Amino acid sequence: MNDSDIILKVEGLSKAFGDKPVLQDATFTQRRGTLKVLVGPSGGGKSTLLQCINYLIPPDRGRVWLDGHQINPKSRRELSDYRQQVGMIFQDFNLFDHLNALENVRIALVKVKGMDKREATARATQELARVGLGDKADLYPAQLSGGQKQRVSIARALAMDPKVLLLDEPTSALDPELIGEVLTVIKDLAQAGMTMIMATHQISFSAPLADEFLFMEQGRIVEHGSPAELLGRDCCSRTQAFCAKLSELAGDTGA
Amino acid sequence: MDDTWSFVTTQVIPGLNLGFWATVQLAVPSALFGLFAGIVVGVLRVYGPRPVQRLANGYVSLFRGTPLVVQLFCWYFGLPQICLFIEGLPSVMAVLNVLHLAWMPRLLVLSPMGSAILGFAMCSGAYHSEYVRGGLLSIRIGQIKAAQALGMSPWQTVRHVVLPQAVRRALPGCGNEIVYLIKYSSLASVVTVNELTGMARGIAKSTWRNTEVFFTVGLYYLLLVTLATFILGWVEDRLALPGFERRRE
Repeated sequence: MNDSDIILKVEGLSKAFGDKPVLQDATFTQRRGTLKVLVGPSGGGKSTLLQCINYLIPPDRGRVWLDGHQINPKSRRELSDYRQQVGMIFQDFNLFDHLNALENVRIALVKVKGMDKREATARATQELARVGLGDKADLYPAQLSGGQKQRVSIARALAMDPKVLLLDEPTSALDPELIGEVLTVIKDLAQAGMTMIMATHQISFSAPLADEFLFMEQGRIVEHGSPAELLGRDCCSRTQAFCAKLSELAGDTGA
Repeated sequence: MDDTWSFVTTQVIPGLNLGFWATVQLAVPSALFGLFAGIVVGVLRVYGPRPVQRLANGYVSLFRGTPLVVQLFCWYFGLPQICLFIEGLPSVMAVLNVLHLAWMPRLLVLSPMGSAILGFAMCSGAYHSEYVRGGLLSIRIGQIKAAQALGMSPWQTVRHVVLPQAVRRALPGCGNEIVYLIKYSSLASVVTVNELTGMARGIAKSTWRNTEVFFTVGLYYLLLVTLATFILGWVEDRLALPGFERRRE
């Protein structure tokens, strides 16, 4: 494996709230254009890991490299540069309520990247079209459905030209009939070669796209491997047992 | 009755009209400076570094905790005392003379209008900051995280994401404070500003007709407050966001 192929490297990330460890020694490397899927029970540390990667939750220990460059989170300038290159999609969208769809996508281009307003508007329009919301640019978050909100938030992240996209259960807050439209966008991104780390319970959706599954429990990555290895019929991994239970609950036999 | 009417129209209203303009000249800048101070102090109380938070909290405790009349006396009568004290210190004055700053202590001597506006704005700002603080705290942490994830600095996050929403939520409370300010502007008469209440008191004293005079002055305040309510409602409507409109029914 070529070293320059590695876009993101995470080493020994740990976080405790009080004396309760919520993330312990998370270590992995990720190659360009791959999709890693984080699975595991709620409270297992998936969300904490994602937020420690871009320092939204400052980890107690551990280091992160993007494109071979170690991030120094103490430098505001550097942290901002780094975060611009790492997009984040949240479970509950977190759109800015006072801005319409276009302004939501545009604001960081103008205020953070210092892009000219006209240029930023063109870029934002283009990103909204890419997630199928070209006709919703004028609508405010309160006027959009959950699925549309999540697609705006994806457009907002993509407009920054991120090298890596972190997705924290992007469909968990959605009604079942709205999940499909968001998954379609994510699938297109995966096929277009976007590097992504996604926490999700959508096993049957992500298994065919994922390069690697990381199973997290009690703050630790307890298993990792390709979906085929971990989810094989005769495999007795924790991942397999957990996913089987999820499928059973969902009445889904596709996994 | 005819007598009352002619008394009000010939003696009360011309005098009160002068006071009316004085009240407007007091209330408008006080409201604007007060709101500005309230926003700044509110932000500092929530997002400032710890020592600045303490300082801002101290300001609010002091100005909400002491009577406004006392504060006005301090600005109008207290500051000139400090000026005299400084001018009585030969060493300090010698230094100021060298720096050509000997005029500086005189800045502490404020006109009646100036001290009233300063007093009202400082007091009003303390109350506004509490509404602004409530507005800031009502913004979900998720939006702040989203802004940071896009690379915004803490200041950019507050300026472009939190504050625009917080101010909208604080507006009804701040409007309340502005309405209240219009009425407590009557206290400016204690530092010799001839605003509405000061004029009314003068007219009442010289004519002995308290009822007519103070009833009329009440109507002037009602008019001012109605006007302010109308403007505040208009601003609220202009800033209303889809999904957060106020319901008037």
